[in-house]
Amino acid sequence: MIVLIFLLQTIRIAIPYLFAASGGVVAERAGVVSLTLEGFMLSGAFCATLGSHYSGSAWVGLLCGAAGGLLMGLLHAVASIRYKADQIVVGIAINLLVVGITRFFLHLAFDSSSNSPRVPGFGGENAGSGIAALASNPLVWLGLVLVPVMGWLIYRTPFGLRVRAVGEHPLAAESVGVPVARVRYLAVTLSGVLASLGGAYLALDQHQFTDQMTAGRGYVALAAVIFGRWDPIRAGIACLFFAAAETLQIQLQGLEAIPSQFVSMIPYLLTIIALAGIVGRSVPPAALGKAED
Amino acid sequence: MSTAVQQTPPAAPETKGGTAASPLRGRLEEAFLPPIVAILAAMVVGDLLILSFGQSPGAVYRLLLEGTWGNAYGFGQVLYKTTTLTFTGLAVALALRAGLFNIGAEGQLAAGGFLAAVVGLVLPAGTPGLLAIPLCIVAAAVGGGAVGAVPGALKARFGAHEVIVTIMLNFIALALLNWIVAAHLHVPETLHTPDIHAGAVPRLGGAFTGSAANWIILLAVATAAAVWFYLFRTRRGYELRAVGLQPDAAEYAGVRVGGVWMRAMAVSGALAGLGGLNFVLGYKHYYEDGFAGGSGFLGIAVALVGRNDPVGVVFAALFFATLSQGGLAINAVVPKQMVEVLQGVVILAVAIAVPEVRRLLRTRARRA
Repeated sequence: MIVLIFLLQTIRIAIPYLFAASGGVVAERAGVVSLTLEGFMLSGAFCATLGSHYSGSAWVGLLCGAAGGLLMGLLHAVASIRYKADQIVVGIAINLLVVGITRFFLHLAFDSSSNSPRVPGFGGENAGSGIAALASNPLVWLGLVLVPVMGWLIYRTPFGLRVRAVGEHPLAAESVGVPVARVRYLAVTLSGVLASLGGAYLALDQHQFTDQMTAGRGYVALAAVIFGRWDPIRAGIACLFFAAAETLQIQLQGLEAIPSQFVSMIPYLLTIIALAGIVGRSVPPAALGKAED
Repeated sequence: MSTAVQQTPPAAPETKGGTAASPLRGRLEEAFLPPIVAILAAMVVGDLLILSFGQSPGAVYRLLLEGTWGNAYGFGQVLYKTTTLTFTGLAVALALRAGLFNIGAEGQLAAGGFLAAVVGLVLPAGTPGLLAIPLCIVAAAVGGGAVGAVPGALKARFGAHEVIVTIMLNFIALALLNWIVAAHLHVPETLHTPDIHAGAVPRLGGAFTGSAANWIILLAVATAAAVWFYLFRTRRGYELRAVGLQPDAAEYAGVRVGGVWMRAMAVSGALAGLGGLNFVLGYKHYYEDGFAGGSGFLGIAVALVGRNDPVGVVFAALFFATLSQGGLAINAVVPKQMVEVLQGVVILAVAIAVPEVRRLLRTRARRA
């Protein structure tokens, strides 16, 4: 029973990471830095709340959340691909921008500085957090299926081949006729949509939007991407691992065995260790962060 | 170094545009056009946000100016915020001059403030300020410098990309400090340490009484001057800029690139750490969890708008401090979060305008 509870909670925590990390893998494999995952998630959460609130349907909320991520993804793409702006700066700007925008419109739409009213989510009103609620949430299934799908997309499709080509050697890709800019536009926009679904899951699962509710999850997802060496399957496993550590910490909270702060450090410490190459070297796509000239 | 992770080219600090006939004009245009474009973009977005709230933009902007530059208290608050942002802006700018992106100023700022508070707590009450304040200053620099040195060393030794490492270290440093304060050092019912016994710096008196502005602002201005001198008048500063422009060429010329990276990140972290003095010594006289409150991240914006120039950084810090204090001034009419949106817009617009302006100038130079 305990194992089952542990597993369910791990999945519940992992879903937003899985969405965001999948988005991160696509964008970074195409050579565009994904510091924006946090902002994408937050915009997805907010737009999903708006959609669900005004329509009364979680499905409409989901679509709105995806649309929010799409918009932010396009903004990221236009700034860093069309205008060749520094991708790191753009990432930070978009993350700050989304925090500001969601706070501002939280005031405008709900006259609150902290949270939205309760909005419909998936499953019934009193679904709780058991296995039934989890199973009745289509985003849970989508998130779990996403990992193998992304593996297939990156390694088994022409699109995936192009993504990897423009991320490793854009000039070579261009010389054989791959439209580098277009592939990157697609990859970044897709990453916006995917990460925003992670945010939408959070908002619909908690039935409301709260200020800065993503709370650094986008950066954990980025950590998973790097720790998973830019591979969709490994990144997915890293997400599950980070989620399991969080679950363990929540379960152990009563015991106060390990301070929660130390558990929260795990993804970040592991990422630094992975980058430093102490346990298996983590090498990013060669053209990551470089605007194509 | 050849195996090092490919690094993002930072916004190249030196001018490349300008015609042969008027290099000065090209340089001026390259320096000033992006911030002007950014401010115009921010005003357009600001107008839309204000209108969406059913208010008149003119009135709101007037309110913003009156609450910041229009009275002594407001201006004192602006100066207080300028002080912290000058330190974090200098930190990011110095690292960028070395071709490194320090996103860890937030954690370095907190670590600097924390260590300064620890020294202030350890020193016995009655320690003369002449002794206590310099000790706290050193502690802040060491605290921030230690956090900054880690990504520098990891990059030099293993080629780990400093952007990711600094982001991750932010979370680690803040979580660690949160744990130390929450578990060992806090005053019950709060998340701050007890008051420091020694090292407090007086506030600015006179018209500024009541505001948080304090004499650490002098340290900020002096530090900006010192950074300028270091970058442009010393051999090490020259090496640092050479590495930032062209690491391979610098290495070929005999510069130890890894050493420069380590030094640059440590100094950058120390600069951010000094920013903690403004809150700890000058304002509250204790360390409080979360006091950094985004000033480290805003330092990136400050460095960007200030074009990585110490003088530019001071003015950019003043600009961003005005915006964030201005948010409080307009809050009764339009949510103060409007300025957060505007800050984001400014950063984004500068990021877009810098390469775009450079390209335009280059095209013009080619045509001429």
